[in-house]
Amino acid sequence: MIAELGLAALWLAAMLALLQLLLALGIGGRPSAAGARPLALVQAALTLLAFAALIVLFLRTDLSVTLVAANSHSAKPWLYKFAGAWGNHEGSMLLWVTVLALSGALLALFERRVAEKMLVASLGAQAALGLGFYAFLLLASNPFARLDPAPAEGRGLNPLLQDPGLAFHPPTLYLGYVGLSVAFSLAVGAMLTRQVDAPLARAMRPWVLGSWIFLTLGITAGSYWAYYELGWGGWWFWDPVENASLMPWLAATALLHSVNVLAARGGLRSWTMMLAVVAFSMSMVGTFLVRSGILTSVHAFAVDPQRGTFILVLLALYVGAALALFAARAATIREGAPFDPVSREGALVVNNLLLSVILGIVFVGTLYPIVAEALSGEKLSVGPPYFNAVAGPLALLLAALLVVGPLLRWRRDKRPLAKWVLPSVLTAATVLVITFVFVPGMGILSRLGLAFGIALVPASIVPLLGRSLRRTPLATWGMVIAHLGVGVALIGMASESAFTREKLAVAQPGDKLSVGPWLVELAGIAPVAGPNWTAIEAHLRASRGSGAETLRPQARVFTSPLTETSEAAIHTAWNGQLYAVIGKQRDDGWQLRLWWKPFVTLIWLGGMLIALGGLVALVGRLWRERRRGREAEE
Amino acid sequence: MRRALRFVPLALLLAFVGFVAWRLANPADTAIRSRLEGKPVPAFTLPPAVPGRAALSSADLATGQPRLLNIFASWCVPCIAEAPVLGDLKRRGVAIDGIAIRDKPEDVAAFLARNGDPYQRIGADMQSSVQMALGSAGVPESFVIDGRGIIRYQHVGPIMPQDVSTVLAELEKAK
Amino acid sequence: MKLLAALSLLIAAPALADSSLPPAQWADRQLPDARQEAEAKALMEQLRCLVCQGQSIADSDAELAGDMRHLVRSRIAAGERPGEVRRWLVERYGNWVSYQPPVEPVTWPLWLAPLVLLGLGAWLARARLKRRRQR
Repeated sequence: MIAELGLAALWLAAMLALLQLLLALGIGGRPSAAGARPLALVQAALTLLAFAALIVLFLRTDLSVTLVAANSHSAKPWLYKFAGAWGNHEGSMLLWVTVLALSGALLALFERRVAEKMLVASLGAQAALGLGFYAFLLLASNPFARLDPAPAEGRGLNPLLQDPGLAFHPPTLYLGYVGLSVAFSLAVGAMLTRQVDAPLARAMRPWVLGSWIFLTLGITAGSYWAYYELGWGGWWFWDPVENASLMPWLAATALLHSVNVLAARGGLRSWTMMLAVVAFSMSMVGTFLVRSGILTSVHAFAVDPQRGTFILVLLALYVGAALALFAARAATIREGAPFDPVSREGALVVNNLLLSVILGIVFVGTLYPIVAEALSGEKLSVGPPYFNAVAGPLALLLAALLVVGPLLRWRRDKRPLAKWVLPSVLTAATVLVITFVFVPGMGILSRLGLAFGIALVPASIVPLLGRSLRRTPLATWGMVIAHLGVGVALIGMASESAFTREKLAVAQPGDKLSVGPWLVELAGIAPVAGPNWTAIEAHLRASRGSGAETLRPQARVFTSPLTETSEAAIHTAWNGQLYAVIGKQRDDGWQLRLWWKPFVTLIWLGGMLIALGGLVALVGRLWRERRRGREAEE
Repeated sequence: MRRALRFVPLALLLAFVGFVAWRLANPADTAIRSRLEGKPVPAFTLPPAVPGRAALSSADLATGQPRLLNIFASWCVPCIAEAPVLGDLKRRGVAIDGIAIRDKPEDVAAFLARNGDPYQRIGADMQSSVQMALGSAGVPESFVIDGRGIIRYQHVGPIMPQDVSTVLAELEKAK
Repeated sequence: MKLLAALSLLIAAPALADSSLPPAQWADRQLPDARQEAEAKALMEQLRCLVCQGQSIADSDAELAGDMRHLVRSRIAAGERPGEVRRWLVERYGNWVSYQPPVEPVTWPLWLAPLVLLGLGAWLARARLKRRRQR
């Protein structure tokens, strides 16, 4: 019953999307916001209903539904039943259209700044996006398909999937990817109605900010999850699936900065439109790459080339149409106000240039193996050595730009900025000298990363100097916090890369190992058991100077399905993390892996600061809009 | 020139879509093949995998007649499926040698007793070192080696009945 | 997306079981000489695991990865240069086994791409900035 209800809701939503598109095209009535709005709202309500239906089916473990039977189990904790709804291809696609429809509804409800024609065109574009994905769901990935006869138990009790990080990582990323669809639709609507101007940018900005915040959080959370789950202390591997999430983020970061220029000064119109199209395109490219099986990855979805082909067709249609529209309209997009090279606009042009080049490098590097194989017949691999060597210096350039960029005035800045820039430059120079003296063997990228990261701390705060802090707009505070986050993350990355100490050994109870400043004693090994697993647990006592910490890493064996996992034990101190993993037993003892990673938590703390900065800026902008709206009414 | 530039993104998209569509329709072979085809077998000497059976060294592979070198293990599930096919090849007169990867003698003996023994010699490769020297990336794999000890053909995965004719043809070519 | 690491770990758990022999001597132990260990580690992080879905041998639990680590460490302990060890492996498995792409005609576009992109971007940016000043 509920499954059929969900399916019916989905069909209805698809039909409404079709109507919304037809209305925007002027078929069946005059295009009007008053007409489009209810369509968008009801469509969103229907998809939400369908998604709720799926959740209920999972929570009840209704095994007569194929998806539930394949991916769930009656003995799963309710949290993972809930998260299991989107932990599979069909469910995640349903989540995708739900967010798509909800975004469209929010756009329809709250957007009052842009011209009505443009809003209707954008809602039409959003409906067109929805239609493709509804078709995909209803024709090729039905989440509500029935299984007859229903099995006695579900297949999905994989313990590796029962992890809070894993449960909430996809929705965060999806909110990011699909949120960018609104920026895409607004750009398409603006290009269609030739309204590429500041009001458009002000309408687009909250959507870009919101999506970007979620993407930042999603990537940060994913990195931390991989770090503690995979058991080797790595936090980024330039893996194709990771790159698939990084590319939309890079485009969204460039778009974020570009849309600010358009909103404030009316400049960078073409670039903003192009970036808005590229950002959502990267979301689609990413979705395609991870589901089609065309790239090998440790994170790859269960692969289905047929589904991959469907997404490719959607990608070709949507992005092709948008890029064709861009090419057609590019000549008629009016130029904004002129600006000097040395100005905030100029700095943002360079910023976007660098971000786009990094995006291009990640794209090329990710796809090169399959291109090279097609052309030469030989397999090759492109991994961290390439990406770090090529993207690293560019990222450092960006960090250096951050020292002076935010200080520049709009349009033209001929002031001497030396005194504002000097503290940061001196900080960087000092760090460089100190590291040369005390850590001569440090890699050049880590050294510069550490120097620039630390220099970014004063550099982020400088824009606040000389201002009344209470009257500084929240958006400026947001910028300060986000840029500070960049510096903090850089410090973490450089520190982890240069100062990590590793100890691999085969140890017996009673053995003591030293790693970094820590002395770690293997006090004992004991078997332990949990609800559906048994494990060998090591009792480690770690101390440096005074006090002792206890770490209990485990090597677990789950009974059904039969799986071995390794649960790392992590002790977080103020200046780093001690990371311990217990491995297999050998004739002469137990395999032990220990890492001391100074300041590694700054990586994810920095990521969260960046997201927080975005949130502060978003709140500031929305608040200001509401105040302006109220003042206009008075 | 500037005007033409605005079509570049669209052109890039079409190139990407075209290439990817082609690749989806013509998937690449995912096996990691050895690059030593056409090169001599690297020199090695391995102890016997089962006590009492003849050991294997690279010199034993250059006998003047083509031979089949089979990389296997008792813990390798597809090797069980391959065993009868190897038996069939042996009956057709193919000389087969084996290298057992990371195996205890008693496990190899048990495997041979259960699944048949087509091997003339079996070497024990406890740390996959000869496997790596040959450029083999997993078990089971088989190499056709000609009379002068040159590797002529690599078969990745178990030899299934439908592969027998290919293997025999390669052995014929290696004469 | 990372959620599927799990799914794939399940799939990637090979159709083949693991052997019953313990790991090789240098698979999970560090070389006593710190400098050699650092060289070995740097190399291992760049070598691709042959039986995994996209991991370096430094990050993998697979047995063959352990044997490859043993090979790398023993050879470096015996005095070989990391470049020679890498070359030996590439001779056998091709460039696929090294995460650092070679500089050969087949990869020139890869190494030139950053320069081309930078150049193109700089040209576009300069065009935009120059037009401004001329107004």
